[in-house]
Amino acid sequence: MPKDSGIGTSPKRREDIRFLTGNGKYTDDINLTGQSYAAFVRSDVAHGKINSIDTSAAENMAGVLAVFTGEDFADVGGNPAGWLINSRDGEPMKEPKRPVLAHGKVRHVGDAYAAVIAETAAQAQNAVDAINADITELPAIVDMATALASGSFVHDEIETNQCFDWGWIEDNRAATDAAIRSAPHVTTLSLVNNRLVPNAMESRASTADYDPGTGDYTLYTTSQNPHLTRLLICAFVLGIPENKLRVVSPDVGGGFGSKIYHYGEEALVLAAAKKLCRPVKWTASRSESFLTDAHGRDHVTKIELACEKDGTFIAFRTDTMANVGAYLSNFSTVTPTFLHGTLMAGNYTVPNVYVNVKAVFTNTAPVDAYRGAGRPEATYSLERVIDKCARELALDPIELRRKNFIKPDQFPYASAAGLEYDAGNYDALFDKLEEIVDFGGFKARRAESEKGGKLRGLGINSYIEACGIAPSNLVGILGARVGLYDAATVRVNATGNISVMVGAHSHGQGHATVFPQVVSEMLGVEENSIEIVHGDTSKIPFGMGSYGSRSLAVCGSAVVRATEKIINKATKIAAHMLEASESDIDFKDGKFSVSGTDKSVAFGEVAFKAYVPHDYPHDELEPGLEETAFYDPANFTYPSGAYACEVEVDPETGQVTVESFTAVDDFGNVINPMIVTGQVHGGIGQGIGQALLENCTYDENGQLLSASYMDYAMPRASDLPFYTVDHSCVTPCTHNPLGVKGCGEAGAIGSPPTIVNAVVDALHSGGHTHVTHIDMPVSPARVWSAINS
Amino acid sequence: MQNISMTINGKPVSGDVEGRTLLVEFLRNDLHLTGTHVGCDTSQCGACAIHVNGIIVKSCTMFAADADGALVDTIEGQANADGSLNKIQQAFQDHHGLQCGFCTPGMVMAAADLLKNNPTPTEAEVRHHLDGNICRCTGYHNIIKAIMAASGQDVSAIAAE
Repeated sequence: MPKDSGIGTSPKRREDIRFLTGNGKYTDDINLTGQSYAAFVRSDVAHGKINSIDTSAAENMAGVLAVFTGEDFADVGGNPAGWLINSRDGEPMKEPKRPVLAHGKVRHVGDAYAAVIAETAAQAQNAVDAINADITELPAIVDMATALASGSFVHDEIETNQCFDWGWIEDNRAATDAAIRSAPHVTTLSLVNNRLVPNAMESRASTADYDPGTGDYTLYTTSQNPHLTRLLICAFVLGIPENKLRVVSPDVGGGFGSKIYHYGEEALVLAAAKKLCRPVKWTASRSESFLTDAHGRDHVTKIELACEKDGTFIAFRTDTMANVGAYLSNFSTVTPTFLHGTLMAGNYTVPNVYVNVKAVFTNTAPVDAYRGAGRPEATYSLERVIDKCARELALDPIELRRKNFIKPDQFPYASAAGLEYDAGNYDALFDKLEEIVDFGGFKARRAESEKGGKLRGLGINSYIEACGIAPSNLVGILGARVGLYDAATVRVNATGNISVMVGAHSHGQGHATVFPQVVSEMLGVEENSIEIVHGDTSKIPFGMGSYGSRSLAVCGSAVVRATEKIINKATKIAAHMLEASESDIDFKDGKFSVSGTDKSVAFGEVAFKAYVPHDYPHDELEPGLEETAFYDPANFTYPSGAYACEVEVDPETGQVTVESFTAVDDFGNVINPMIVTGQVHGGIGQGIGQALLENCTYDENGQLLSASYMDYAMPRASDLPFYTVDHSCVTPCTHNPLGVKGCGEAGAIGSPPTIVNAVVDALHSGGHTHVTHIDMPVSPARVWSAINS
Repeated sequence: MQNISMTINGKPVSGDVEGRTLLVEFLRNDLHLTGTHVGCDTSQCGACAIHVNGIIVKSCTMFAADADGALVDTIEGQANADGSLNKIQQAFQDHHGLQCGFCTPGMVMAAADLLKNNPTPTEAEVRHHLDGNICRCTGYHNIIKAIMAASGQDVSAIAAE
């Protein structure tokens, strides 16, 4: 009989009720008594020297309570990068200070250099308009190649625009170079991984409160990781003792990476709340989000694939420039390096891999981890060059990949890019893909499209990602400045219901529904009696939040460990209640029983006994039933997948439409198939958006051209098809207790090359064989130009 | 300041607003009806969609004063009288048509508008109708499926889960 609850089932999401009835509680929905409002003065030039800021008029305006400039924060700490990356020569990366408010110079359009606090939001905005800054505009440094050659600098004090020049793995460089020199065939491809704006539908918002009686601060903020935000504010920026700052991240309307980071606005409202002894609220406009949220991607890459004439891979070598923008955001240095370079062996037995990444400062918004973070960039480079190689050697693109796949009996497999893949079966994924997609019928579908004057293309792709971020031991060696464990507390209440406090943060992933499935399965209690508590540092243990497809693999593992401790203690209590030896107690389906007898007590009775410990062996047992576990993963997890899509291209207009899209993923064990499928859908939507529509563009003066939904092409419902998603190919993760790998980013990683591969295939079918690549977004103009070039 | 009155979700309300106060600001800030969201400042995203006199409106695009005397419906008034989810809301839950929930109120209001005027829309019609509503989480698949299911159509052939 199929299960109707617990692991592997799809209960409806309990959090949906409040979202569907308007009862969600997002940061801007929270209003505090006596709150004032912050507004920021932002640079309208990309690069400029601040000569003076005249705030006098603003200070005298109605309702204005305070005005801050960069000078006020000159002595507090900078917002740090979370990873130290060393260059190939061993030199540490350049790490200029990222201040709360720009001081001395403004470095990108939108860079805040002053802030106003007023009684109303409108008064604050009026006062912003009255602040008069004398700023000498300097030439903007926008293009990365130009930046590296330039004698003028985004940060004058470091006298270079290069943050680091990273080699991975440097010891493999000579062998890779030699292998490529002597290879029978080398395919080379230059490509751009287009810059994206995250665009969580809820823009950033932060409201701070300060209690002058206790000295306690509270910050309500749109964060994916409240403890990390608290740590950054306390240990690096404002110096507030951690135990005096409570960070609350209530319902958060999407993050996708952009809400991992600490931003200056959070520090500003905290400082202002203390100064005024009043709550201070700030909510970004969408325009501010475009200008100041950390952007994603923005790589310029040349990749070479060396192989035998039969397609056996010999080496991959990449040279990448990665834009980090004007300041180092918290994950900005790890994203183009260890989240990118370590994946450059893909799913393949290639013996030689070398990756060079130069990170470049420019007068643009900071760039950081976004929805896949480094892994989409790696997959795109690899899978595009492999597709090109297949075409050059007249090999079937699936067969070329299969020929080079790591085989199931080779796991654990040490990849040439330095990771140890624990489990996978990439051939099985393609078997499943071939089973679902009617490849045999493609010719007929293509002929049908051609009858209508359209070209039809078939694109396929495979990917691997490293998720479950991350083993602290390993990342510490690689330069991480934090641990990347997570934590959970399971509190069984006296009446038997359960609160589970988790370090992970749900901003759409469904933790409130999924984590209870795990605990219910283990304890044999109803899912509905289990409540998840997250997003409040005063309630939850110190966890690192949600990103990198880590919630279940890392925090879920902590939930399992804490629940195991609950079972262990409850077993002791049950043994006492049943007057039996602990070793004779069996726990099954929520019942403790003495093996070989009919004596038993229910879990609820044990919980009650724990809190009403009359007749309790106090010398052996503490009262209460509450356990905490921290879980630090032994390795990354390695989800993988095989994707296919079909596109139609209108050769007259260059318009591309996605006719079908199929994603076959191995996420290890699946706890809630409905939610996993939804996560993949969303990722594919993002991937098609990147491939066909989205492009964050600055002009040569550093003005953001794509600064609204009128200029930045967000994918709409009519741009996208229904997707076919399968996750029945399962190789469980070998090193976490649930055998799960993570699914949040897969779609965004696997889909962009699938689409571009299909477009190139379509154009070749129409005789446009000179087109070997089109950069994303593959817009009608680019396709038309490629056809007609 | 101008005193305005309107009927919201069947209840009479009134308040004093500036001429520049947007209807969404009046709903959120004055009436604390925070289910209507603001996702942009250019009337593109649809998170603030409500019904005014039975017509779908982006409430960031209308001054509160212009709604004086109007009948206004927001997400807070969509559930059945007994508090249970209405047909569209229930379909969104049944088909996992929401993730972070931020665009959801606008999606539900847009879906209600569609189904009122076109009780059994095709997939293409649903997608076209949602061009003014942006979702960043779901890739729209389950939103389309939910709306078609709410219209009474059989969606079992649309991919699993």
